[in-house]
Amino acid sequence: MNMTRRQLLILLPAAAVAWKSILAGTPEASPNYNMTEHWWGMLVDITKCIGCGSCVRACQLENQVTDGYFRTWVERYHVSDYDIESPKVDSPDGGKNGFPPAAVSDGKNFFVPKMCNHCVDSPCTQVCPVGATFVSPDGVVLVDQKYCLGCRYCVQACPYGCRFVDPKKETAQKCTLCYHRITKGLTTACCENCPTGARQLADLKNPNDPIHEFLKTHSVQVLKPYMATRPKLFYNGLDGSVR
Amino acid sequence: MTPLFTVRVARSDNVTTLCDLEHGGLGPFSSHISTKQFTKTPQPRDTYGEGRNASSWQHNRPRLPEWVVANPAMKAFRDAGHLFRLASVFLVGGILFLALRGFLVPRSFGQYGHYRGSAIKETAALPISYAGHQVCEGCHADILEVKSKGVHKGVSCEACHGPLAKHADDPASIQPAKLDTAVLCVRCHEANLAKPKSFPQVVSAEHSGGAPCETCHQPHSPAIVAVAGASQ
Repeated sequence: MNMTRRQLLILLPAAAVAWKSILAGTPEASPNYNMTEHWWGMLVDITKCIGCGSCVRACQLENQVTDGYFRTWVERYHVSDYDIESPKVDSPDGGKNGFPPAAVSDGKNFFVPKMCNHCVDSPCTQVCPVGATFVSPDGVVLVDQKYCLGCRYCVQACPYGCRFVDPKKETAQKCTLCYHRITKGLTTACCENCPTGARQLADLKNPNDPIHEFLKTHSVQVLKPYMATRPKLFYNGLDGSVR
Repeated sequence: MTPLFTVRVARSDNVTTLCDLEHGGLGPFSSHISTKQFTKTPQPRDTYGEGRNASSWQHNRPRLPEWVVANPAMKAFRDAGHLFRLASVFLVGGILFLALRGFLVPRSFGQYGHYRGSAIKETAALPISYAGHQVCEGCHADILEVKSKGVHKGVSCEACHGPLAKHADDPASIQPAKLDTAVLCVRCHEANLAKPKSFPQVVSAEHSGGAPCETCHQPHSPAIVAVAGASQ
């Protein structure tokens, strides 16, 4: 085949564009999923959490989270009777392998699973300079991995410390509420693997979801309500010392 | 050496400095500038530069209709040529901006908000690792029956057996590993002050005396209902 240099130069970018579109492929569709019919949140029942770390392990395996970084983690609180304002918190390796026995036996001890609160008025999405993070129409805070620059504004903005920049990809990472699972009718990896049912995925737009009955009949709180972020991670039995 | 440039610097005291920048000036700057100073007599100001006095500039201006020139209100349009040139620069710039924007901004940006709409689909298309207990129960109905009678009925299969979506897709491709109860059981049941008091906990070292958990408890239904060694 004879080709002049001019023809080659014209062909090369065209071939690059074509190859790019082949590599991108077509995303697997979830045909039965309608974003406007859902408004996702989660219920965490602290009175049921046993600190086994199943959620942390499941999240890491499901989402290929880099070792040492956590999209969800479990904290152990120790609140002394004499100073309830200053709890001692530990979370060895995010609670992934459970917790060692407590050093002191006085006071109050409990576990608090933490993750993205999927705020309605999320500070992290507001500070993104390139529109790489957003609240999806079904109420999940997501990161566009192709658009993220890794500038870390969102990491600083999150009042709950739920974001990190992946050391390999150099993009912001966070809990996606297992968006690839919930859009296929499954529950999240952490909820699926919680042995005591301390975590429950909640669809606030679904009138038949048990979350509505639970919220009516329990004293449910959110973290840092004074930040006015309107979180959708609801905690039952949340102690006042939890930050 | 012939001077490359002659820069005439007019000063307010009628002293004009001529700076000849000589060709090939690589050395110290000052050595290539020969400065001559001379005083000249005051002359009419040459506003438009060498050889272009005000009258010749007027002569070259675009010709406008008489009523524009005559009307003091149309003063702003006497230099309309400049305005058209400026407008065309803005127009070209605007078209260039819109063309670049159309090329660089992804098609789905702004579909739902200030972000790339197709990012939602891309996130939803990620692969699954945990198949979910409903899928397991489709084949392993016998285990489900045992499990549903015991206190572990709420514990999903993959919480102990690990992520097995690949096994669910193609059962022959991956065989679940045999589990070690010495590791698995204590993850949940090792005594810890922070665990809810109602949750069954043991200090494993004291509880079994080193014997593996499944000597007495069968993981799928752990209550001791018969003599040790009962099946399942």
